[in-house]
Amino acid sequence: MSLEEYKGVFIFAQQVDNELSSIALELLGKAKSLAEDLDEKKVTAVLLGSGVGSLVDKLAEYGADRVIVVDDPELKDYRTEPYTHALASVINEYKPEILLVGATAIGRDLGPRVSSRVHTGLTADCTQLDIGDFPLEPKEGVEQKHKQLLMTRPAFGGNTIATIACPDFRPQMATVRPGVMQKIDPIKGAKAEVVEYNPGFTKNDCYTEIVKIVKETSAVADIQAAKILVSGGRGVGSPENFKLLDELAEVLNGTVSCSRAVVDSGWKPKDLQVGQTGKTVRPALYFAIGISGAIQHVAGMEESDIIIAINKDENAPIFDVADYGIVGDLNKVVPALTKRLKEELAAKG
Amino acid sequence: MKVVVCIKQVPDTKGGVKFKPDGTLDRGAMLAIMNPDDKAGLEAALRLKDQYGAEVSVLTMGLPKADAVLREAIAMGADNAYLVTDRVLGGADTWATSSTIAGALRNLQYDLIITGRQAIDGDTAQVGPQISEHLGIPVISYAEEINVDEKAGTVEVKRQFEDRYHIVKAKMPCLITALSELNEPRYMTPGGIFDAFEKEVTVWGRPDLKDVDDSNLGLKGSPTQIAKASDKVKKGQGEKVAPDSPDEAVDYIVGKLKEKHVI
Repeated sequence: MSLEEYKGVFIFAQQVDNELSSIALELLGKAKSLAEDLDEKKVTAVLLGSGVGSLVDKLAEYGADRVIVVDDPELKDYRTEPYTHALASVINEYKPEILLVGATAIGRDLGPRVSSRVHTGLTADCTQLDIGDFPLEPKEGVEQKHKQLLMTRPAFGGNTIATIACPDFRPQMATVRPGVMQKIDPIKGAKAEVVEYNPGFTKNDCYTEIVKIVKETSAVADIQAAKILVSGGRGVGSPENFKLLDELAEVLNGTVSCSRAVVDSGWKPKDLQVGQTGKTVRPALYFAIGISGAIQHVAGMEESDIIIAINKDENAPIFDVADYGIVGDLNKVVPALTKRLKEELAAKG
Repeated sequence: MKVVVCIKQVPDTKGGVKFKPDGTLDRGAMLAIMNPDDKAGLEAALRLKDQYGAEVSVLTMGLPKADAVLREAIAMGADNAYLVTDRVLGGADTWATSSTIAGALRNLQYDLIITGRQAIDGDTAQVGPQISEHLGIPVISYAEEINVDEKAGTVEVKRQFEDRYHIVKAKMPCLITALSELNEPRYMTPGGIFDAFEKEVTVWGRPDLKDVDDSNLGLKGSPTQIAKASDKVKKGQGEKVAPDSPDEAVDYIVGKLKEKHVI
């Protein structure tokens, strides 16, 4: 492998039902800023699907200089093998230096399979990406490589953090946690160079068959997009009592989310779950109400700008991550808070 | 039918993570357990044993002490157990780990390989799909339900995505990664516990791995390298107040929200 042949930052532009996933645009935003520190400034989006040509312009508006489109009926709905074949073929043909994939239910299946096929490293679930030297400091007897992708990721439920490099293999691959990287403000009317590519698809035993697709989304809120989250845990006591949180969220124009315990008890749907097995969120304001703060929960919300915890147990671990902790009865504090905020906001007009 | 379940011994985080006085993780103070997603995978395999008389083997890669999770698996009902351990395998990233496990699996017959979706220490979810690629078999990740059609030699899996699920049908042999939502793992049985001490755990080292080059093993065979690792020091403690009345609590919160220009 001649590493110099590999150039440019590529992103996997995930689409589902021919709609771009938010992560695709987030990756473009990050790819743009990474490319500024590299010799090759061009950012390429790889778009796989069937009849997806109309998505190209949106990718351009969000920062793609070039879009490589593999359009084939075999790619209509996500299946591991044809998608792996398509993405691995694009890598072999166009040789990216860096390839970013969303750490979604698709990307966390596709990424590892592709990295194994092209024999390169893959760093999972990154929350920070930088260009820098590896090793970080010059070391005797070790060649220090420059302009490497430094991939930072939490592990152990967010209790350890590691920065990882892939100095001797290309592309440098990372899956990136949704909701963490920033999209750019779209550039209206931007156009990208479009490259159509089809490696050909031959069915083999690795091709699976999709027997049925069942969509489960109700009209549930997207908690990753919310600026203010009012999150409840087991301490809320009952599904009915969540109305206290609904009312607070309404006043603040926020969204209600919850902990795993609440989902396990069947009080709220899984889409609203914050945490390691739920969603990672980083709102401007996060209320943790009646949430004890198990590390799996904290891993999903600790990056929030401001965390306010209300809990009657003064030893609850949530107070270790909260910026402002209130030891008290949520049944009294929350309604009083809602009432006061209503007055404050009304006074402000 | 033959099923192999790949399991991993991980530190338990359920009882809370323990920290040393300097704020870093105290791994020694935490119990070692069978990774929860892997345990769900084992339970799924044992149900195939109950249903079809499948032969269930468990395999782990780790330090010699990982023997403990294999014995727990036997006590739950697994038939055979394999421990892959060797100094040269240490420091492996997911590429080298999956190459190692694939090398071990090539010694075994299987219709299904089940792994957990991800381990609670690394959280990568990469090793399962990577093993399947090394072995050239299909993978279905994030399984919530598994149904085998032994006659047709196929398996149907409920595969979870963020907003939907697919029912996916694959030809066996096939690798499936299991979610802990898949089931409620059974307890060890008294007879099983007896077996766990009687049964032989097969121990394999580097020479027992089939069709794997040294360049794909251990630290040297790992494309990814750690630039910096730290146990994250706990976030600086914020403020904590215990107001005497709800009104006082509200004064405090509203004051902070104003200070931070939220309202």
